Amino acid sequence: MADPMRIRAQAQNGNAVVRVLMSHEMETGQRKDAAGKTIPAWHITEVTAQLNGKTVLTAQWGPAISKNPFLQFTVKGAKAGDKITISWVDNRGDKRTDEATVA
Amino acid sequence: MLTKFAIACALGGLCTLQAQAQASSADAIAQYRAMLADGNPAELFEAKGEDLWKQKRGPKNASLERCDLGKGPGVVKGAFVELPRYFADTGRVQDLESRLLSCMETLQGLDAKKIAATPFGRDEQANLEGLVAWISAESRGLKFNLPQQHEQEKRMYEVGKRLFFFRGGPYDFACASCHGEDGKRIRLQDLPNLTKNPGDGVGFAAWPAYRVSSGELWGMQRRLNDCFRQQRFPYPGFASEVTVALATYMGVNSKGAVSVAPSLKR
Repeated sequence: MADPMRIRAQAQNGNAVVRVLMSHEMETGQRKDAAGKTIPAWHITEVTAQLNGKTVLTAQWGPAISKNPFLQFTVKGAKAGDKITISWVDNRGDKRTDEATVA
Repeated sequence: MLTKFAIACALGGLCTLQAQAQASSADAIAQYRAMLADGNPAELFEAKGEDLWKQKRGPKNASLERCDLGKGPGVVKGAFVELPRYFADTGRVQDLESRLLSCMETLQGLDAKKIAATPFGRDEQANLEGLVAWISAESRGLKFNLPQQHEQEKRMYEVGKRLFFFRGGPYDFACASCHGEDGKRIRLQDLPNLTKNPGDGVGFAAWPAYRVSSGELWGMQRRLNDCFRQQRFPYPGFASEVTVALATYMGVNSKGAVSVAPSLKR
């Protein structure tokens, strides 16, 4: 099971700024280990953000995204007390969902 | 020297150009760090470290919550900025990592020697990264104030000073070759002068840190290891007296500097 994400969501002029820090290796599949063997690709493939259960963002990610990725976006019309849910799925089928409340 | 420089300036206006280029590259790095600081992945390590501190682990199935980091058993806040210091129970001056090793051995029953011999980033070494991140974060914003009352602490400072200026290896290098005076650079990055207090959040006060280029969290032990590598010295042992002495020297010199650890490095 993957480590938890860190999510901060702050209300700002009728919108909410959401900042997410995910814990993931994001291995590209291009690197080789000390023995010369290719390290298999292992990265997040899909990210979904929901506001009170309604999907507001989906993204397809690939090997170009950095290790321990940081994602920031603004949700229109979100206010304090709303619930933000972030989920990701990686190419091994591992997944993780975390929640935060807009402050 | 000064007159020569002034002449060169007057002749070509070169000096201003040079100064500008230097300032802008340093600024650009600062800007880059500021952009990334908001989402510093060191936070992920902090969260992991806090869990590890409270989690019951090892053959003795105990947490680290009774660990004495110098301010009494279980006191974490403010402990980091007073390390390395002398500990009566082990009879040694210890930095954060070596103190954690002692606690892991006495409280949790883990094998400290085995952990010290483990390569960085693996098994218990990976756990140490988290612990170091969290414990240093608990002292963020506090000023370094290493104790220097005990005989051993004074000795370690003197040993550290000797090591800092000790030249050797195939390049005839010392720590002081790069970090012994103001205004030195490696490639485009400014190097802190570690023979005095280089300022808030600079040098000793900036570590542990998350290194973006390798995606790893480095404690002072790993940072020193890298310094030794760059000097083409043999690697020092993890938590060895050599590393603790150097940390004591830099820590005492940094007295009054605000710790920003865990920070973010390129």
